[in-house]
Amino acid sequence: MGEFEVHRVRFFSYVPAGVRCLAYHRRADRLALARTDGAVEVYNFAANYFQEKAIPGHEARSVEALCWAAGDRLFGAGLGGHVSEYDLERLRVKRSADGFGGPIWSMAANAGGTQLAIGCEDGSVKLFRVVPDGVQFERSLERQQGRILCLSWHPSETHIAAGSLDLLHVFDVSSGRTVQRIMVNYHVQKLKKRECVVWSIGFLSSGTVVSSDSFGRVQFWDWERGTLLESHTVSNSAVLSLAVSEKEDSIVVGTSAGATYQFQLLPVKMGSQDKHWVRTKPFQHHTHDVRAVAHSPTALISGGLDAQLVIRPLMEKMQKKGYEAALRKFTFPHRRLVSCARKARLLLFQFSQHLELWRLGSTNETGKDGEVLPVCRVPEHLVQLKSKGPEHIYCSCVSPCGSWIAYSTASRFHLYRVQYEGDSISIKKVTNVPKLLLPAYQLQCSADSSSLFVASDRGSVHMLQLLEPGGCKHLHTLRPPSGTLEAVYLLASSADGNWLAAASGDWEIHIYNLKRFKHHCTVPTYSCAVTALAIHPVTNNLVIAYSDQQLFEFGIPEKQYTAWSRTVQNCGLHKAWLERDSPITHIAFNPKKPSHILLHDVYMFCVLDKSLPLPDDSASLMNQSTLKQLPETARKRQLHAFKICKKFQPLLFADLLDENCLVMVERPLMDIKTQLPPPIQQKKFGT
Amino acid sequence: MAALCEGFTLCGLGPSGGGVGLGAGVLALEPGPDSDHVLLTDRGRTATLFKVSDQKPLGCWSVKHGQIITCPVVCNFETHEYIAVHDDKVLRIWKDEDVNLDKVFKATLSADVYRIHSLPHGEPLVLFKGGGVRTLDVLLEAPQQEIENFISDEVIKWSEALLEGQEPILIFATEKDGNFFIYVQKFKLNMLHKYKLEQQELSNPLSFTAYIKNQIITLLCLYSNGSVYKVLIPLQRHSEEEEQILSKSLLLKLLVSGSVLKGTSFVVLDKDHVAVLGSLTAFGEESKECLTIWNTKFQTLQTSKELPLGTSGQLWCYGEKFFFTHGKVLTVIIYKCETSSLAAAVGKLKDSQTSDVSSFINWNTLSDEELVVSLQSQQSVALKSESKMTLRSRRNSVAKAQPDTLTVGQLLLDIKDSSSAAIEDELKQLLSKAQMPDFQATIGCVITALVNRCKRDPVFYPRNFLVQLIGKRELSYSLCPDLMAVALEKKDVHLLQICLQRFPDIPEEITYTCLKVFLSISDDYLERTDVNLDSVICYIDIESNNKEVKTEIVENGFNNELEEDHCDTAFAKETHLKNDGEFCPVGPQKAALLNAVLHSAYSETFLLPHLKDLPAQQAVLFLRYLHYLYVKSSEKITTTLPGVLSPTINQIMDWMCLILDAHFTVMVMLPEAKGLLSSLHKFVRAQVRFYSELNKIEGSLQELQRLKRQKETQTYSIEVLELI
Repeated sequence: MGEFEVHRVRFFSYVPAGVRCLAYHRRADRLALARTDGAVEVYNFAANYFQEKAIPGHEARSVEALCWAAGDRLFGAGLGGHVSEYDLERLRVKRSADGFGGPIWSMAANAGGTQLAIGCEDGSVKLFRVVPDGVQFERSLERQQGRILCLSWHPSETHIAAGSLDLLHVFDVSSGRTVQRIMVNYHVQKLKKRECVVWSIGFLSSGTVVSSDSFGRVQFWDWERGTLLESHTVSNSAVLSLAVSEKEDSIVVGTSAGATYQFQLLPVKMGSQDKHWVRTKPFQHHTHDVRAVAHSPTALISGGLDAQLVIRPLMEKMQKKGYEAALRKFTFPHRRLVSCARKARLLLFQFSQHLELWRLGSTNETGKDGEVLPVCRVPEHLVQLKSKGPEHIYCSCVSPCGSWIAYSTASRFHLYRVQYEGDSISIKKVTNVPKLLLPAYQLQCSADSSSLFVASDRGSVHMLQLLEPGGCKHLHTLRPPSGTLEAVYLLASSADGNWLAAASGDWEIHIYNLKRFKHHCTVPTYSCAVTALAIHPVTNNLVIAYSDQQLFEFGIPEKQYTAWSRTVQNCGLHKAWLERDSPITHIAFNPKKPSHILLHDVYMFCVLDKSLPLPDDSASLMNQSTLKQLPETARKRQLHAFKICKKFQPLLFADLLDENCLVMVERPLMDIKTQLPPPIQQKKFGT
Repeated sequence: MAALCEGFTLCGLGPSGGGVGLGAGVLALEPGPDSDHVLLTDRGRTATLFKVSDQKPLGCWSVKHGQIITCPVVCNFETHEYIAVHDDKVLRIWKDEDVNLDKVFKATLSADVYRIHSLPHGEPLVLFKGGGVRTLDVLLEAPQQEIENFISDEVIKWSEALLEGQEPILIFATEKDGNFFIYVQKFKLNMLHKYKLEQQELSNPLSFTAYIKNQIITLLCLYSNGSVYKVLIPLQRHSEEEEQILSKSLLLKLLVSGSVLKGTSFVVLDKDHVAVLGSLTAFGEESKECLTIWNTKFQTLQTSKELPLGTSGQLWCYGEKFFFTHGKVLTVIIYKCETSSLAAAVGKLKDSQTSDVSSFINWNTLSDEELVVSLQSQQSVALKSESKMTLRSRRNSVAKAQPDTLTVGQLLLDIKDSSSAAIEDELKQLLSKAQMPDFQATIGCVITALVNRCKRDPVFYPRNFLVQLIGKRELSYSLCPDLMAVALEKKDVHLLQICLQRFPDIPEEITYTCLKVFLSISDDYLERTDVNLDSVICYIDIESNNKEVKTEIVENGFNNELEEDHCDTAFAKETHLKNDGEFCPVGPQKAALLNAVLHSAYSETFLLPHLKDLPAQQAVLFLRYLHYLYVKSSEKITTTLPGVLSPTINQIMDWMCLILDAHFTVMVMLPEAKGLLSSLHKFVRAQVRFYSELNKIEGSLQELQRLKRQKETQTYSIEVLELI
């Protein structure tokens, strides 16, 4: 089909932040995750674990605990001392209330989701009632010495167990009194006595309190008598996190050595009523502290300081062994962090609080497949743009010509005009940007760099006109006719400047006619999250990738799915394609070859040739290496539409610069590991 | 593991198709003048020289019509001449350039030639059908000379020439009335030995092959029952009996999933592998011929190749290539054969050089044998044991018990009272015998018997034999517990040295006694003894007597001259040791013996109480030697001493600590130890400082390495990607 000159970029020094806490929402089948930089993400397990919401972090807003309460409302609390509610439609903090107890270390919601208990630095446990417009302080429970590091409600909502330094407390909710104090290191020899930190706690309906502590123990207590029922030492290092399954027959714990263990309540003998907690499965998916664990009905979920989210399905809960039972690991966001100025051959990298603009190198040689060409001009780091203030960047983009850079934080929108004069570069901030409803969730320049589309909340898209030599003007705001509360998170504009497609959080895709500033049509709703969108430069067909790995092609002028798309739906995609576990995050086209669609996810790059037949399940999807061994004549029969290359991994971004020149931005996991602090030294056998 | 590559055809053999010969088959294939050349003699009139890699003939010679080549053409590697015999008696010699065999050198001999053997360095040997052997040059001096006839009506079945060092040896097998005889002809001594091959019921040897190693000829025989037997023939033969019977041991049973491979010919590939060409008849199926490679160590079939077109049953192997006829062509197959071990097969191959572990002993048999030894005074019991042993051997090798072969029981009885010369003779014979399954236990019994005899009879001490036994076989202390005690009694330091090096399980008490004995024996006495100096020769300066240089040498920046002045009056004899750690405080023999002690295994808890009994002077001397070793080994960056079996730094340090622990108070009190201790202390302190500095550097170096590695992983490259 063709040879590409691939610019293999590994200098995007992006380091994802570690996972701080997790909260699993059983009914919605969603997982909320908070990172150490304060960012909050929501993964939709039903939509193939797609990261459907991402609220960027904030320097002053650490999140120590997350809770789902009152239905689908998400609350967070952190060392800032506030209890905040997140607006999952507009992806920002809706409102927050002061906890009045100093930094908040822990938070737990009662079973009904009507009350939140927070554990504070000053040793107090405070109860908040969840009201329609946020939370309302209700009362304080009896104050204790030492910070409250963890909390757990008894399922009957009558008692709260709290963990502190060396101690466990049990509070009676109605009276607010401490009804039990348990010294957790009573059994430790006096000589070895150090402070024992109770990192995590669980309160079972049987009255058993489970604690995990810095001595590497998982202990089971009878709260009424204050006696130790069972003690399991799982690690030499601390056990940092603990989660109990809804049925209370399984517990997952995470240690600072990167290991997670499952405990199961099993009968001592076959058929016996007498049950014990038994440590059953050890897993070592992380290299660093496992700060957070969660237990869904079918899987153990763990998040570590190594920034990985690991979902380990439990085989015994699975109907059949297969794709559903596969281990999932997520390290990178399901969003685009890189934008590319194709014509100027520039790359814009988005970090949490700054942007980097790089110019790609070049070569003047050609070669055969697999060859590394000599670089005659090395890549150049042109600009570093630091975002002022504590807010992290939501989105950014560079225009195709490379002369405009835009980014947005939660409260500010910035536009820069970049000028290149020979080797020198000057950058000028555009001062009087129009006042928009912020934040912007996605930014996209038109192909001719004359206008900028700003994705905003309530399904609206603002269209700004970029003016030479450095200015801009608000042209129009596009709104869906039906109205929605969800923000737009994906944009695609056509090359001829006629069309714009916008996908919002309710998975609706609206198409606007830009010539007449008018809503054109809505793509038929599909029951899955949209992960990438793009409009073909020649045919004006909209190509849509969904998180269940389905691909659709929608003819914009005709307002209907194309014939090819119908064929795809009739034949079905290849099984191996559907079972990939990372979403397509970017779609591009080759204007010289209209039948080609370029797609990529974290583990592969694919050129989809619509002119070729689709592979059936008996054929191999990844057939490039086989094809390479075949003689030219024999290849014909083996060809199919999916041309997949897995050489570049993990792939954060891939785009077509010109007809046969690609750019691939990789971020090797090893490079991230070296940026992390060293993990706890572990003795290996024989050393 | 062994593997057979895809074969190729060297030439056709049929009368048609451009092949050689008249379809009568191949007489023999011999190596040609070059490693890639082979000489093919067919059963007619023609000999052809092939270049194997090119698959083409280089030359072809034929005798006249009516004549027939009777002996395979060989190449004289020295002169690059070809030698052939036609019509049994007519010898022909020619070179590459010669075309017509009628016109080349011709000699008519007085007797029929069986075969000519050509060896890489030396004259070709001519074996006559009567058993006479001549070298070619002797024969050519007088072609009509009388050739003696040793074997009146025996027929030569097979012959082979071997080289032991530079000495050619010819071995051939004959047959008469179902009995097989082996003749070994040594040229230097012009001796011909005749042996009778142990008989095998219902089975005859079909093919032989032989190799020589360590003065012992190993003869392998392929029998018609599908077994390969091994016969050991020692080159040195003491008793001049008329006809010695060679016992054989089963090497390999050619069993492929229950069915026997009926071998027709075989070759030895290396010490563990043989290749067998034969036919396999699986139950209810037609027999099919195949070429197989077997591992004799593990008794496994390594690889095989079916030959559906049939073979002539002949197999040759030169230069990692098999040659055989397959159908109507001569096929060549290249094989690969690597030495293998079971451990390698399961992925746990240890460096064979360092693995010194004894193989397992069958304790059940051992107890049996010991019982025999203890009760051997009663003749009847001994006889019983003898029958038991023969039974075992019959069970193991399916051999017919030969009343006249020497059994262990007999040997044990002999040890009790025979003369030492006679015993030694028998022992040699025992050693030359094939490896018995419970050989180790047997040897244990033999040694125990010998030691018992030594205890009773002060004159009797078969030292050489004991040294040989321990040196060769993997024995252990527990197998012959009294041996070291006897050696200690006899002050046989060489034997003790070997025992310390070989035995893995010496009790600490014995180790200590050895140490004490070694330290107490004077160097003068040791100089006259035979001690293996391998472990010291590389680092002890034997000529360390010149004392002039020593005052100049400063050790690691400090000079311990001053402290040393008053402290070594006790060692008047070793005054040259003033600078500890500079000259060896003991002679090389003693050093080698002490190294053997350092090398032996011990447990601290059990050794320490004994060490406390060591006289103070000896303890100081030993510590002095350890100090010397410590300084020596610290000289090199690897902190190892050169040489084989030399002590490691850990062993030295452990023993140093042990000696200091055991004699701490004594050392503190003893005036002559003061200097030594202070110099030791200074050296250790200097080392500790040095290493702590190194530790600091390590961190920086690691960082540098890390930086370098980062640079290596490119952050940007432009590559070409082809998608089809």
